[in-house]
Amino acid sequence: MDNPQQLRYSKEHEWLSAAEDGVSTVGITEHAANALGDVVFVQLPEVGATITAGETCGELESTKSVSDLYSPVSGEVTAVNEDVVSDPSLVNTAPFEDGWLFKVKVSGEPGELLSADEYTAFAAG
Amino acid sequence: MTDAPRRTALDATHRALGATMTDFAGWDMPLRYGSEREEHVAVRTHAGLFDLSHMGEITVTGPQAADLLDYALVGNIGGVKAGRARYTMICEPGGGILDDLIVYRLAEQEYMVVANASNAQVVLDALTERAGGFDAEVRDDRDAYALIAVQGPESLGILKGLSPKLSTSLEEGGAPIADLDGLKYYAGLPGTVAGVHALIARTGYTGEDGFELFVRPEDAVALWEALTAAGKDAGLIPCGLSCRDTLRLEAGMPLYGHELTTGTTPFDAGLGRVVKFEKTTNNGDFVGRAALEAAAERAEASPPRKLVGLIAEGRRVPRAGYPVVASDGTVIGEVTSGAPSPTLGKPLAMAYVDAAYATPGTEGVAVDIRGSHEPYEVVALPFYKRQK
Repeated sequence: MDNPQQLRYSKEHEWLSAAEDGVSTVGITEHAANALGDVVFVQLPEVGATITAGETCGELESTKSVSDLYSPVSGEVTAVNEDVVSDPSLVNTAPFEDGWLFKVKVSGEPGELLSADEYTAFAAG
Repeated sequence: MTDAPRRTALDATHRALGATMTDFAGWDMPLRYGSEREEHVAVRTHAGLFDLSHMGEITVTGPQAADLLDYALVGNIGGVKAGRARYTMICEPGGGILDDLIVYRLAEQEYMVVANASNAQVVLDALTERAGGFDAEVRDDRDAYALIAVQGPESLGILKGLSPKLSTSLEEGGAPIADLDGLKYYAGLPGTVAGVHALIARTGYTGEDGFELFVRPEDAVALWEALTAAGKDAGLIPCGLSCRDTLRLEAGMPLYGHELTTGTTPFDAGLGRVVKFEKTTNNGDFVGRAALEAAAERAEASPPRKLVGLIAEGRRVPRAGYPVVASDGTVIGEVTSGAPSPTLGKPLAMAYVDAAYATPGTEGVAVDIRGSHEPYEVVALPFYKRQK
């Protein structure tokens, strides 16, 4: 599977877009979506919430399991994807596009993030 | 003996299909091939193809095979006619459930007991031990069979496309069974499908019409491929264990290790009807009898907890082991199985709850989902029943 080159990745399988006007978009990778199976429920941080890199900020439920959602970066949540709240299967069908999860106004340096190639190797590992 | 998981005769087929595999009871089994939701829906609307070769087959033969099974199991097995099957259980002397089983009577003096993969050795050991003093032989046939299931409303039509032939000699006292249409639910007869020798059984674990085909492992790939080809236009797709679990949950069918355990009697699980105290063999004696009589009385007079269905009002999914709570936060039970239901569009659970809260419609019942009390409706099982 192709991990987009322009994104950066956490070892918890989130992706982070390059900031535009200080705001980055966060989602989970296709690798993570495939491992979860059909996602049936997402709980996202609230708009305005302050989140911290490496800490949990939500949940993803699939048929067989529940997984914590970690924030790859610290900052303030500026938007959540309401489409994915009402149709969680977007996480499976378009994890890097319509299945994005939330946007964050980045307040500090992110934690340890990987390039696309580094993440591809990590996920295969 | 190594710890490496066992592989079924269809292992290469699953991998070629891109299945996500999972370790299940010591077997490497397909969890799903693509979307478990699509697989679930296929079984409800068309048909699904399952590899169930991990199930444990035990053959019991001999002049006293029926007497042995009447003694070892809780059901009235001697009363099963050749060519028919029965759902039953094997219990400990103290009444706890060792496993739930399907027993097929293949001939007057021959039965096949099908145990859950995780319990096959336990069942084999218990039957072997209980066979002492009976003129009967207990044989481990786990390696003799692969098991392929076709489940769903199109399954009869798909099988008919494979020139099935049934032995007609076995159903005693009834009309000869000429074809698959005449094969009743919970019947099983030897025959051929796609030219492969099979025990053709109309059984399953999905809540749909369907067939389970016990074949020699060396025939499994050919049969799987023939079924795949025959079912292509009818919407048949391969299905894994993940959708099997949501299908059986919707159908309110218990799963060993969840609803059924050694800490539970059939009466505690609401399945007291499988226990037959009126047996004509062995002077009515069977393993667990006294304890089960007490359990039956307790379940009638003052049941501690009852197995109920719960339907979520929200979308968060209950998991096995989560507490069931009353409106004041008191723990009143525990979830045994939970999953999102593709058919109902809501999370479902089976749970043991205090009898005072077990009546369908009871107000104020919630499941503690990682600290959040999510409201649930108490309902009677099953959640889903197919239209016949």
